[in-house]
Amino acid sequence: MSRRHAEEGDLVMAMNNVGRPTAAIANNGAAPTTFSGARGLLQPTSLIFETGSIDRTGVDLPPVKGVKTRLGGLARKSSTGNPGLSEPEAVRHYVRLSQRNYAIDLGMFPLGSCTMKHNARLNEKMARLPGFADVHPLQPVSTVQGALGVMDQLSHWLITLTGMKAVALSPKAGAHGELCGMLAIRAALDAQGQTHRRRVLVPESAHGTNPATAVQCGFIVDEIKAAPDGRVDLSDLKTKLGEDVAGIMLTNPNTCGLFERDIREIADLIHAAGGYFYCDGANFNAIAGRVRPGDLGVDAMHINLHKTFSTPHGGGGPGSGPTVLSDALAPFAPVPYVVTRADGSLDLVEHEADSDGEPFGRMVAFHGQMGMYTRALTYMLSHGADGIKQASEDAVLNANYVQACLKEHMSPAFDGVCMHEALFDDSWLEGTGVTTLDFAKAMIDEGYHPMTMYFPLVVHGAMLIEPTESESKASLDAFIASMTGLAKAAKAGDTTRFTGAPYHAPVKRLDETRAARKPVLKWAPPVEASKIAAE
Amino acid sequence: MRYLPLTPSDREQMLAKVGVASIEDLFLDVPEIARLDGPIHDLPFAQGELAVERHMQRLSNASVAAGSVPFFCGAGAYRHAVPASVDHLIQRSEFLTTYTPYQPEMAQGTVQTLFEFQSQVAGLLACDVANASMYDGSTACAEAVVMAARVTKRTKVVFSGGLHPHYRRAARTLAKHSGLEIAGLPIAIQDEAAVLAAVDQNTACVVVQCPNVFGTLTDFTELAKAVQAKGALLIAVFTEAVAFGLITPPGEMGADIVAGEGQSIGNALNFGGPYVGLFATKDKYVRQMPGRLAGETVDADGTRGFVLTLSTREQHIRRDKATSNICTNSGLCALAFTIHMTLLGDKGLKHLAQLNHEAACETADAVSSIEGVELLSDSFFNEFAVRLPVNAAKAVEAMAAQNVLGGVPYSRLRQEAGFENVLLIAATETTTAEDIACLADTLKKVI
Ligand SMILES: Cc1ncc(COP(=O)(O)O)c(C=O)c1O
Repeated sequence: MSRRHAEEGDLVMAMNNVGRPTAAIANNGAAPTTFSGARGLLQPTSLIFETGSIDRTGVDLPPVKGVKTRLGGLARKSSTGNPGLSEPEAVRHYVRLSQRNYAIDLGMFPLGSCTMKHNARLNEKMARLPGFADVHPLQPVSTVQGALGVMDQLSHWLITLTGMKAVALSPKAGAHGELCGMLAIRAALDAQGQTHRRRVLVPESAHGTNPATAVQCGFIVDEIKAAPDGRVDLSDLKTKLGEDVAGIMLTNPNTCGLFERDIREIADLIHAAGGYFYCDGANFNAIAGRVRPGDLGVDAMHINLHKTFSTPHGGGGPGSGPTVLSDALAPFAPVPYVVTRADGSLDLVEHEADSDGEPFGRMVAFHGQMGMYTRALTYMLSHGADGIKQASEDAVLNANYVQACLKEHMSPAFDGVCMHEALFDDSWLEGTGVTTLDFAKAMIDEGYHPMTMYFPLVVHGAMLIEPTESESKASLDAFIASMTGLAKAAKAGDTTRFTGAPYHAPVKRLDETRAARKPVLKWAPPVEASKIAAE
Repeated sequence: MRYLPLTPSDREQMLAKVGVASIEDLFLDVPEIARLDGPIHDLPFAQGELAVERHMQRLSNASVAAGSVPFFCGAGAYRHAVPASVDHLIQRSEFLTTYTPYQPEMAQGTVQTLFEFQSQVAGLLACDVANASMYDGSTACAEAVVMAARVTKRTKVVFSGGLHPHYRRAARTLAKHSGLEIAGLPIAIQDEAAVLAAVDQNTACVVVQCPNVFGTLTDFTELAKAVQAKGALLIAVFTEAVAFGLITPPGEMGADIVAGEGQSIGNALNFGGPYVGLFATKDKYVRQMPGRLAGETVDADGTRGFVLTLSTREQHIRRDKATSNICTNSGLCALAFTIHMTLLGDKGLKHLAQLNHEAACETADAVSSIEGVELLSDSFFNEFAVRLPVNAAKAVEAMAAQNVLGGVPYSRLRQEAGFENVLLIAATETTTAEDIACLADTLKKVI
């Protein structure tokens, strides 16, 4: 019977559309509000506090035995107030929430300075091997030789790629690595009796973590100006050198996506003035395998394993910020660190008293971010010295291609080629009524995560685009087409496309001012919430 | 190279569009002397998945996995059973491969889970407000100390002798350069009187721990009042979050700041990291807090949504005046914590905590019945200290040689005369009756 139908019509009919229209009959354009709150595939969500209950659980545990407790009178009497969900409910809750997130696995994520490159799944698989994931940090070292082997091999890669003397692995993220490097500098100065050196030079374009770190180390921050070409103003730098200078914190390639051409001269000037050169290595991914920071005169540099070596960002960490150190600073590296004993076995130096050097202290309990070390080492072994170099070149090429294609429509902040990021200012938006923020929100509607906006501070209305090497040419062409379309729309006066954006995201533009003015930082039962509002 | 999509012809076309002849032309700003002419020597070339996996597997095999032997290590990191759905969910692309939620309209999944995380942590610790995570417990503790100095505008810090020595070192490393003066009390299983006695007019905070590094439980309610009466803050530290399913939470004892390790809920041992620092305080101090905060708001249609908020505390806005330099924190570990906590609920957490305590009681009975072994902790949660008749590090080595990971010698954390024979032993819901029997047997043999 179905066969006869198939012969009669042009379309091959299947069981489920026999006799039904195959195209919408009427669509007046406006989508009706749904009764469920869903929008098709986009499911409604609620907080666990609204759907869970205090006596429900999604974990089956063996019965308690009723052993007499030894809690010293400190048995908890109160409820935690935390509801439970059964496993199917919990899975659905978090899957629904996940679908309200954008991710590099969905599309290009050109967030400048953040290096959203592909996260290989092999790295995830390796990090979960029991010899790495299921080992305790304080097991006897004889039982963790494989884990120490990962740390040792990772150190070798990092030292070789950077041309530095040593690496401190334990810092937990980039900012923590900055702290490590700056504390090493402070320890070195103190050891020389140079305790009056407390001023640290930081370019205006620096990431916020740089000045914040310097202050945490007891330094004071002195800003140096940017030259019109987006690089450090050498003459301003020279006037700021002096007897009390501890060092400089310089990002290279810098936050404008430019290589600091005068970097060797800057290093020489700082060293001649008696200070040290801290390099923010967040942008190492532009030059890894092509340039060794050790050849540039750097004394300390953190490497964000979660950027350059692709350990996933996880919605805000965890990261890992190993910090490479020069000959001058290596003795001050914090504990713990891995050493090779005469018999070839690996060991940990965990106490300052056991060190041959002069460790400035300890930054964390245990040994740092093992889970990130395994992922980064897997990335390195996969890419090899050749692939790492190629990745840097492709990252730089992709950024330059984007810049070249968009410069007809948007205004590049600086002339000439860039490194791994293309930076635009907002002068091209002048008079359109559209701001960088509006433009970014319109990108959400186009299905892209916006570029980094309003950073670096030295560029007005900055838009910092970092495509990374993970994007194909086709992907870049699609992005460029969208950006071009938006740029033309902004100039053509299609303002509401921007000022009302996003229109197609799970939520409309969120009111950040309100969130800060009346902070609601945890869930409260509705009655309590209304009481708070009344106060 | 499987991860690089550009083809040689793509590269050629793109270089042409850029208007340069070769890739070298894009690196001309690099000083000539620092330009490398080929791939770096001394490092291998690219390899396929199979070869890389073989390399990593060999390394993994060279460690003894905790799950493969009777296992009793704790001292700041605990082995618990994490439901399979936790690791599955955190590996969803949309959680794993996204950034800090700077654009909340396309990150509601992340910001809402952070809001749930903050709510759960506040409930667990009985505090007004919790942040969206720190790197780990030790760095949370360090940040708590410098925050207390900011709040009180005082410069002296008192560390209890029961504080985890790594936490003490990490806090000291950060605090001393902020111009803080450190009063570290002698190592002790209980020292509230000494802590209070050390508080003077310039004391910003005292740092105590419960359960402390020896496992001992102490009620800090009176100490908190006394310390606060002198104008200082009480910082309560913990390393085992599951404990608060069973014991009085620090917020109920009146702690001003609570800082600790959240690893034991949702996260694996991972040889020490990544973990997730929990950080909570009273409402009145919220603007002095370090780290990110998720908060509720509405969108342009009035629909509820969540954003990162109060960021004028943070480095990207405040730069050298920020409350901390922290930027990337422990997002995914916090998510694992939240999912595990949601699966447990209050009921499951209490049950889990009870199982932990029972396992520890049974282990303590088995171990302390051995001739010459003295139980040092009269109250504890899932970890306790014993004094052996021999050097604890040597005993642990000897047990490891017999495939038993029998605990953490205190000397591993801090080399201190008089504590060489002290062994810290932890048990959790993963500990079996056979494990306990095996530990007792082996320990008997090696001492
Ligand atoms: C230039 C720069 N420096 C430092 C950091 C801080 O790194 P992390 O977020 O890992 O602490 C970042 C990243 O946000 C950065 O882009």
